Amino acid sequence: MTATSHETTKTRRSAGIPFLLKTAFINAVIALVLFSLMIGIRTEAGSDGQLTYWTRFGDLASLVAAVFGGSIVIELLRQWIGATGAEKLVPASVQNGVSFIGRYLAPALLIFTLLVPVIFYNQRYILDLAILVLTYVMLGWGLNVVVGLAGLLDLGYVAFYAVGAYSYGLLATNFGWSFWVCLPLAGILAAFWGVLLGFPVLRLRGDYLAIVTLAFGEIIRLVIINWQDLTGGPNGVSGIPRPSFFGIPIDNSDDGLAAKLGIEYSPTHRIVFLFYLILALALLTNWVTIRLRRLPIGRAWEALREDEVACRALGINTTTTKLTAFATGAMFGGFAGAFFATRQGFISPESFTFQESALVLAIVVLGGMGSQLGVALAALAMIGGFELFRSLETYRMLVFGMAMVLIMIWRPRGLIGHRAPTVYLTKAQAISSDLVKEGHG
Amino acid sequence: MSEETILSVDRLTMRFGGIVAVQDLSFAAERKKITALIGPNGAGKTTVFNCITGFYKPTGGAIRLSHDDGRQIALERLNDFRIAKLAKVARTFQNIRLFPGMTALENLMVAQHNALMRASGFTLLGLIGVPTYGEAEKRAIALATDWLRRIKLLDRADDAAGNLAYGDQRRLEIARAMCTEPALLCLDEPAAGLNARESAALSELLLSIRSDGTSILLIEHDMSVVMEISDHIVVMDHGVKIAQGTPQEVRDDAKVIAAYLGTDEEEAAAVMEGGT
Ligand SMILES: Nc1ncnc2c1ncn2[C@@H]1O[C@H](COP(=O)(O)OP(=O)(O)OP(=O)(O)O)[C@@H](O)[C@H]1O
Ligand SMILES: [Mg+2]
Repeated sequence: MTATSHETTKTRRSAGIPFLLKTAFINAVIALVLFSLMIGIRTEAGSDGQLTYWTRFGDLASLVAAVFGGSIVIELLRQWIGATGAEKLVPASVQNGVSFIGRYLAPALLIFTLLVPVIFYNQRYILDLAILVLTYVMLGWGLNVVVGLAGLLDLGYVAFYAVGAYSYGLLATNFGWSFWVCLPLAGILAAFWGVLLGFPVLRLRGDYLAIVTLAFGEIIRLVIINWQDLTGGPNGVSGIPRPSFFGIPIDNSDDGLAAKLGIEYSPTHRIVFLFYLILALALLTNWVTIRLRRLPIGRAWEALREDEVACRALGINTTTTKLTAFATGAMFGGFAGAFFATRQGFISPESFTFQESALVLAIVVLGGMGSQLGVALAALAMIGGFELFRSLETYRMLVFGMAMVLIMIWRPRGLIGHRAPTVYLTKAQAISSDLVKEGHG
Repeated sequence: MSEETILSVDRLTMRFGGIVAVQDLSFAAERKKITALIGPNGAGKTTVFNCITGFYKPTGGAIRLSHDDGRQIALERLNDFRIAKLAKVARTFQNIRLFPGMTALENLMVAQHNALMRASGFTLLGLIGVPTYGEAEKRAIALATDWLRRIKLLDRADDAAGNLAYGDQRRLEIARAMCTEPALLCLDEPAAGLNARESAALSELLLSIRSDGTSILLIEHDMSVVMEISDHIVVMDHGVKIAQGTPQEVRDDAKVIAAYLGTDEEEAAAVMEGGT
């Protein structure tokens, strides 16, 4: 067994130059075919409407050459890093070091996060960015219940985010209900929609489930756009009240929080408050998820991801188990949505496009499906990284995409590549995610 | 149906389009006994199991389960997870179906899902951490530990099930089924892929499960296991029952020998003798 795998690695390695050139050549030919019309020939309507065209063979040649060179570089990188086998090649001492860091990373990150408003008090930009990152951490943790634990691929998570945001936005602007009353309502309504969607959909598996959830996300957005009387359509809902400190407004009025505390008002107070609010919500999500994982329902979610047929043979009602996962994830999405609405003060359908669902899903996958710490790190890397590359302007997406590809080559199972058991007799041993299934619907 | 019968299958038929996998099959399994279902490849044994455990809905026929307390359940009307939950029928699979990314202990905890769900007040009480749930979980861990000890995997309790050796996985799957505290345990080729020593250990385990009062329905190709531990054997071929009786009777049955290994009676007899 080991002998054969060694041999295959050797043959892979020694495939060397002819293999490299062959791959690169094939890729270059594909690029030539693709780009010859897109770039090689440029057409335009001339002044009298006739077709004018000119050729750009120089550009085409340089692009094809770039693809050829790039293929070689990527293939070399892949062989050098060792692709999927990498984790087993890492010596034990290094792995111990990694798990040592892992143990202290989460508390260290938490302490740092708690101190962010103190350290960066005067840097509004960083505070705003931190709030954004935390929002995505919360969304990631919410979706992680559905995708990471229960193994149900949900491409329409943004729908629940939207339901939460509009629940708070509409209840607050129409009835003047406070944020703290609306927050649980937003969660409940989102969970309700989660169950409603779940009933017809959960008998589907894998790709089918993904497509239907994707459609559901779009349907919610279209309903919001077209139901003008209620939602204001594309104009959105504006004038959504800012959150209060349990009834005490955070502004420069006489009965505002600053006046009550006897300090001078600054707009940063509200930002700091929002920061701690989303931090608290995210930590609540995390706490609940960690607890649920250790309860029978959480174990059933993970068992469902591992093998649905076996679950049924053990007397587990797979439908309700899936529904609870869907509803729980949706509820956290709803909370995050309510926060989003109160933070922005204005919501419109544009904020709830498929791109958001894709981004949150990417965070969960990048983090290592099921890992809470991984999701937090991934949210930081994705949202923070995206900001980091802002100076690159048009090339931002390109660089960002390349970074993602490199990370996925380096860690195909996500940043945190192992699963922690929920119960143990003598010692909790991390389980390599090579064994853990990804679920199938 | 007599007092002694736990499962009675009456004229069971299962068709897949044009294929008749099981036809008019009737047999009974006795309480606290081991009943074996044998037959050549493709005879329809797994299909019978799938009908009993609710994975297939039979085309025709009746399957009755009668519990110790006299309760009778029509299994062909229950579906899916309810057979395991309400009728207390547990099963293993011909191709092992453990939860490979979960530890051995976790596998056994998942098996106690329904009991633990009740104890955790359907999650709500468990979430706020009521002590009664903590106690229920301790009992569940104790039961799991007990089974890990019985299948000699106690030292592997915290290892991923997918990392266990093949024979260990087979035993773990049986333990997992037993953790649902079933009245009837259905095993689909538990000895497949085991070596002689492991098969002997398996026979011992099954006998101990029987003496604890669980009835067993067993599909098995390994004749040494079947002949040694079965109280009653039902032989199928091409979807119909061709013989039944004690191991001795079945071994001597000419029809069985013929069916089991084609018409080469000498070779067949040699295999059947292997059981002694
Ligand atoms: N889901 C299905 N759809 C169509 N045909 C099926 C299905 N399941 C089983 N069959 C057919 O039913 C017949 C009996 O299969 P079954 O798996 O029950 O045999 P078996 O006795 O368990 O054999 P083995 O000893 O090889 O496990 C086979 O011809 C098989 O092809
Ligand atoms: Mg079979």
